[in-house]
Amino acid sequence: MADDQTPTVLTGAEALVESLERVGVEVVFGIPGGAILPAYDPLGQSELVRHILVRHEQGAAHAAEGYAMVTGRVGVCMATSGPGATNLVTGIADAFLDSVPMVAITGQVASAAIGTDAFQEADIRGITFPVTKHSFLITRTEDIPAAIKAAFHIAGTGRPGPVLVDIAKDALANTAPFEWPAQVELPGYRPVVHPHVKQVREAAKLIKEAKRPVFYVGGGVVKAEGYEALAELAHLTKIPVVTTLMARGAFPDSDDLHMGMPGMHGSVSAVGALQRADLLITLGARFDDRVTGKLDTFAPDAKVIHADIDPAEIGKNRLADVPIVGDVKEVMELLASELRGVDLPDFTAWRSYLGNLKERYSLEIAPTKDGILSPEFVIERLGQSAPDAYFVSGVGQHQMWAAHLLPMEKGGHWLNSGGAGTMGYCVPAAMGAKVGRPDAVVWGIDGDGCFQMTNQELVTCALNNIPIKIAVINNQSLGMVRQWQTLFYGERYSNTNLESLRVPDFPKLAEAMGAVGLRAETPEEVDEVIKQANEINDRPVVVEFVVHKDAMVWPMVAAGTSNDDIKIARDMAPDWEDEIL
Amino acid sequence: MKTHTLSVLVENKPGVLARISGLVARRGYNIDSLAVGPTERPELSRMTLQVRVESPQVLEQITKQLNKLVEVLKIIELEDAAVRRELVLIKLKADPATRSQIIEIVQLFRGKTVDVHNDSLVIEATGSPDKLAALLEMLRPYGVRELVQSGLVALGRGSKSLTERSSKTDRGRSATR
Repeated sequence: MADDQTPTVLTGAEALVESLERVGVEVVFGIPGGAILPAYDPLGQSELVRHILVRHEQGAAHAAEGYAMVTGRVGVCMATSGPGATNLVTGIADAFLDSVPMVAITGQVASAAIGTDAFQEADIRGITFPVTKHSFLITRTEDIPAAIKAAFHIAGTGRPGPVLVDIAKDALANTAPFEWPAQVELPGYRPVVHPHVKQVREAAKLIKEAKRPVFYVGGGVVKAEGYEALAELAHLTKIPVVTTLMARGAFPDSDDLHMGMPGMHGSVSAVGALQRADLLITLGARFDDRVTGKLDTFAPDAKVIHADIDPAEIGKNRLADVPIVGDVKEVMELLASELRGVDLPDFTAWRSYLGNLKERYSLEIAPTKDGILSPEFVIERLGQSAPDAYFVSGVGQHQMWAAHLLPMEKGGHWLNSGGAGTMGYCVPAAMGAKVGRPDAVVWGIDGDGCFQMTNQELVTCALNNIPIKIAVINNQSLGMVRQWQTLFYGERYSNTNLESLRVPDFPKLAEAMGAVGLRAETPEEVDEVIKQANEINDRPVVVEFVVHKDAMVWPMVAAGTSNDDIKIARDMAPDWEDEIL
Repeated sequence: MKTHTLSVLVENKPGVLARISGLVARRGYNIDSLAVGPTERPELSRMTLQVRVESPQVLEQITKQLNKLVEVLKIIELEDAAVRRELVLIKLKADPATRSQIIEIVQLFRGKTVDVHNDSLVIEATGSPDKLAALLEMLRPYGVRELVQSGLVALGRGSKSLTERSSKTDRGRSATR
């Protein structure tokens, strides 16, 4: 369309679409409205950019996240000014906390009307300052190409994150010569990608002196797609590995070195590994409070190597003895080359101590309790039925069971809302994942509470040939909140009973939205409906599993307490058998 | 609690101040003053922040978080010997009996009288926070009607400029040293 030598005159809207095409955008999730309307005209005619019309802007933002997580590309969502833009905020905040690359494009009222409380005006840039990596407010047509190019660069490099581009309606409607900048000019943005070799050597030195080291692996390894580097480093050193909620799958669960997921609902072996370690080799993790528990009792004997691409994460919650700023994949590769051929201490006793904990405190799952399906059983069977699927979870009890029980063998196949804990993430994020990986099976594991927040995107899926599969783990309550009420609020169940045993009728609701609706209430039906669901590939499927509402997630470290006080069941602490260490 | 002075070079773009003040408020940092103004280069602004922190780690967090802002180009911590100045304007009660006494005090502090009325004086003074505090102490008995003070601005001594100085809080590097 445009020629770099003789700039073509384009409207801002055309320049926007041209810019999106030039940065390689394949798909935009969004909803038009007044202020963004000029952009939708050329967008509707673009042969390169597919627009998927969602039913709620929050769905657009989560779909962009899901797409970004499975493709590694920058996800894009679009909305109009005012309420359209504010509806994106939850998804933007979610992407910010989980470091998901995203560009959110919003229409803004005409520049002359900005600040006058005009119809559908919201200062979306101001609103999203705290939850964006960066943001632009564009009021001049000629600024659009450079802003789009910069936005995609910032979103997708360094520590990924959401970038907002807010464009005034007159900037979209007016014309200007289209000039595509040769380079992105951001003098204040220079992420450090290559780690200091000297720091890596310091890290190697600590590893050589360690007796009880652990690889504490976080979501950064997934963002860096450092799976092979991690596997090589782990097998080279034979040091046990734990993977956080954001990193599940980055190292195969089936590997003997894997001690599971640490944290508030972590496995005893993983929590024990961190608490008893004398060295944490932290790779793209951020010492989140859900992992550390009470911070001053976390990993009390451990020195800390902390590798992260974001220097501000290092030393934020826990002081690092060896800080390494850089791409975690490069860090792991350099570390492996430092340690290759080196005589490392024998970690056998340490490994077998943790291995024993892992074996002794593995979850035991009964298909039913009091004749009612157990949610753990359902989730485990689902995972077994589709080992190669992408799994997208909502937030709550089902998320924790999914994190423990799904087949976590491949990196990047597990999507969930970790940092923000956004109920409603599952359905739209699964939609985005399926758009990014149309040939793969995408299963959403959702709760009856979460599902009722964003299920309208099933309409989008049905109309746009996005055949996702959603399991609704229906315990008729806000399960995780209910669990806290059981444990900490004297079993007074204030406002956690959703009464969703028959209202809504999930299969009927699914059918109304153009999806197939199924239901299972017995173990036999579980396998049957999973089989049916796996065979449907032309429409979305919703499978309701009616499960026991009193099931609780164990192990658990109660909020604000030490990881050392982890319980494997109510009032039941594990036996650490520390003497064998 | 120790006070530190940070000099922050930023791109002169709309919204930068909001971004920085928002970050400071959101993360709960203690800021005594924040002064912003243009520099020798029109495309850049310079901010001087006085921060009170409990530990060096908190100061490091502040500089790292500020450094993450795309429009922040450089941050340095100014040494104790740096030139620090504030400007104060004070409106005092002054009658013919006290006027000359006040003017004498102001002159001792190398201040200026910038407005005179029958029953008032406006004086202007610049200096280090300590000097201005001492001046105010001397003037208070005469009756302060109004007082307005600028945030602190500060500049390192010697011939080097901020853009030339090696910054110990330079992006990404601080954590690796």
